[in-house]
Order: sequence, then C-alpha cells, then structure tokens
Amino acid sequence: MALRLWASSAANALKISSSAARAAPAYSISRYFSTVLDGLKYSSSHEWVKHDGSVATIGITDHAQDSLGELVYVELPTAGTQVSQGEAFGNVESVKATSDVNSPISGEIVEVNAALNEKAVLINESPYGDGWMIKVKPSNPSELDALLDAGKYTKHCEEEHAH
Amino acid sequence: MSAGLAGPRGAVRPLMQLVTMSGAPILRQLHLEERLLRCTGDNWCIINDGTAPATIVMGVSGRVSELVEIQPVLRDQVPVIRRFSGGGTVIVDQGTVFVTFICSKNAIAGLQPFPRDIMSWTGQLYEKVFASFGEFHLLENDYAFSHRKFGGNAQSITRNRWVHHTSFLWDYDMKNMDYLKIPKRAPKYRLARNHTDFLCSMKEYMPSRSVFTEGITCALRDHFTVQPMELETAFSDDKEFVPSTKLLSPQDLEAIISSKETHTVHEVQA
Repeated sequence: MALRLWASSAANALKISSSAARAAPAYSISRYFSTVLDGLKYSSSHEWVKHDGSVATIGITDHAQDSLGELVYVELPTAGTQVSQGEAFGNVESVKATSDVNSPISGEIVEVNAALNEKAVLINESPYGDGWMIKVKPSNPSELDALLDAGKYTKHCEEEHAH
Repeated sequence: MSAGLAGPRGAVRPLMQLVTMSGAPILRQLHLEERLLRCTGDNWCIINDGTAPATIVMGVSGRVSELVEIQPVLRDQVPVIRRFSGGGTVIVDQGTVFVTFICSKNAIAGLQPFPRDIMSWTGQLYEKVFASFGEFHLLENDYAFSHRKFGGNAQSITRNRWVHHTSFLWDYDMKNMDYLKIPKRAPKYRLARNHTDFLCSMKEYMPSRSVFTEGITCALRDHFTVQPMELETAFSDDKEFVPSTKLLSPQDLEAIISSKETHTVHEVQA
C-alpha cells in the first residue's frame, strides 16, 4: 500500500522489546525492534526521562536515533535554562535534517552533556547511556505521571508504524 | 489544518497554500519559511524563481573555514548565510529555482516525521515531475539526472511539522563554484569529482522553468488541494518571531580567518 512506499528501510526493520535497565529484553512486542527500557518514562515524541531523586536525565530513544540516522551535530541550551513540557530544548542533525528534541518535563537544566559537542554519534551508540542530553531539576514532578511507561511507549511506536 | 476539496471517491485532500515568487532574496525566503514552519499550522509550497545577488547558504552545522573560500568571498563581498535547516553548502543565484514544502505531520497519511521517510516521499513526488525529462534519481539524498546532481535539499523537523527545501540548478555560473571548497563530508557517488563533473543544469533536460514549476503543482495535486496565496499575505509580519537564519557579517568572516573555528555545542534558546 501507499504507506509502505514511504516507510524508511530503518522503520521497516524495527522491532520493539522491553528490557530491564541492565538485563536482556524481557519480551518482544511485535515485528519491530528497538530497545525500550523498563524503569524509564517516555514521551510520544520519542524522548525518555529517568527520574532519580531531585534530578531527571533526558535523552532520545533507541527508536528515535535509529529513525534519524547517524547524528552529526547537536545544539543544546546551557545550564540554568528553563525548559517546558512538550517544548523543544534543542535539536540534532542527521541526514541533512535538523530535528527538534522536546523536553518531556518542565524544570531547570542543571547539566548538559558536553561530550556530545565532539561526538554527536554517542546518541546513536548509547541513547540511554552516554548519549544522554540534559539533566533537569523538575519543577512539577507530577508531569512524570502523564508520560508513557515502557509498555505504552512500545504500543505507541507500533501504532505509529501501523498507519 | 484547513480541509481542502473532496477528490475522486470523496477523499478529502488537505489544503496546501502555494506562494510563488521571482527573484526574492534568499534570506527573506528563509525567514519566511522558518516563520511558516514554527508559527502556522498550514501546509505550504513556496516557489522562488531565482535570487540575487549570488549568495552562499550553509547548513546549521557548517564550518565556514572548511566549506568556503573566505578571502575571495570577502574580496568580492559575497553574502554568506547560515540557514536553520541541516545539510550542506550551496551558492545560489538567478539560475537557481527554490522549491519548499512545509507540512504538518498528519498532512500525508502514515508519513512519519523523520528525515528518510520525508525524503522518500519527496523523492516519489519529484519522480513524477522529472521522469519524462531524464534518468531521475534520489541519490544519497540528492536529486540527480543519472549520476549528476541538479538539486540539493535539506530539512528541518519539529514535533508536528517539517520543511523540505531544495535549491534546483536550472542553470549556474561555474565561476561561482570557486567560492566553495569541496566538502570533507561528501556523498559516495560524488567520487571526488569537481563541481563541473559532479553537477548538471536542468536546462539541459527540460524545455523551460515554467514547465518545471507547473509540473510541481500538478504533482502536488495528487496529495493536496493547491491554493495560490498572495505574496503580501504570506509575508505579513510576525514581530514576535525571531528567525535563527542569519547573514554572517564581514567581521564574522574575518574573525574566522584570524582564529581557529571550533565546533562547539551551540547555545540555543529553549
């Protein structure tokens, strides 16, 4: 059908599975494959957030980095900047395209991953680890409740590609 | 998103506003595109037939010292712009025809707002425009006849919208290419060819610019209800929006010559 003509080869190869933070995938959701970690929360625009005490770490998901292709450049704000839930805080460049990265929560940026300055591809290599983008002090922790857990995010990705 | 007219079998095509210009300065065009992308929810096609003066346009992450022959540019006062989208460096002039699509992510059923997905769709659209004039290919994200590039494109994607803009070489002045260095990051199919061997002019393949621009409108009508819009309406000011596309000053360029240009994580306003 018309959609399949438009879907990228990367998207066609996707499988999504869930895994504990350090274990192998716990279950396979469907014909798509990207790592989705349990214990994180996710936005519908493919960012993840890990809330740990008073700080939340934010990055883009494995599905996002795979769909974007090799990242060659990243633009991030500086520490002290305020971010708002659902709003862009920076962007990444891949395949001749800049793509906004949106914050899943509101708050103040307390740290930015400077390693991405020289090696944007860290986001592709380790989207949930060394490829983290910003750390935020949440201004409204209840916003995390509105985000998707691993299962719901996986389902969201499947539904996006089913259309 | 505005609804368009019902097409065959009752399918309603979304509306696309068509803005056509001739000779508009490329900086003004890019500012317009950025505003329409970020401040409207409508679908747009912008066609600008030629621009003056000849201007170098770089992508958001381009390093001037690696891509531009700065001394001749300063000597000849060639404007240099850093645009808001990704991609490489071009020099544009009266021989360039610009075509831009700005769409909401739901405008095309099932199209995900990721670079390769969007380019796959635009590649198919342009196939309809060019197939009868030459051996058209989307080659490593460039538009080419056979293995010679005639259209360079770039994209910018937000949460719910995207822009895909292309500078098509209807014709070009070979001397202008001397202002550009051969980039380190080049597509494999370039095979280290110089500009002369790598590029081609559309006028060698198509009878007129108007055949080209009419072909685009015709191809768009398969997906959209295309509605021409008055230029003045499109350019109505939004004083609150500050575009990120910037014209580099001679002082900026001189500073790059005198210091080592670093690729820092750029500060953005969140």
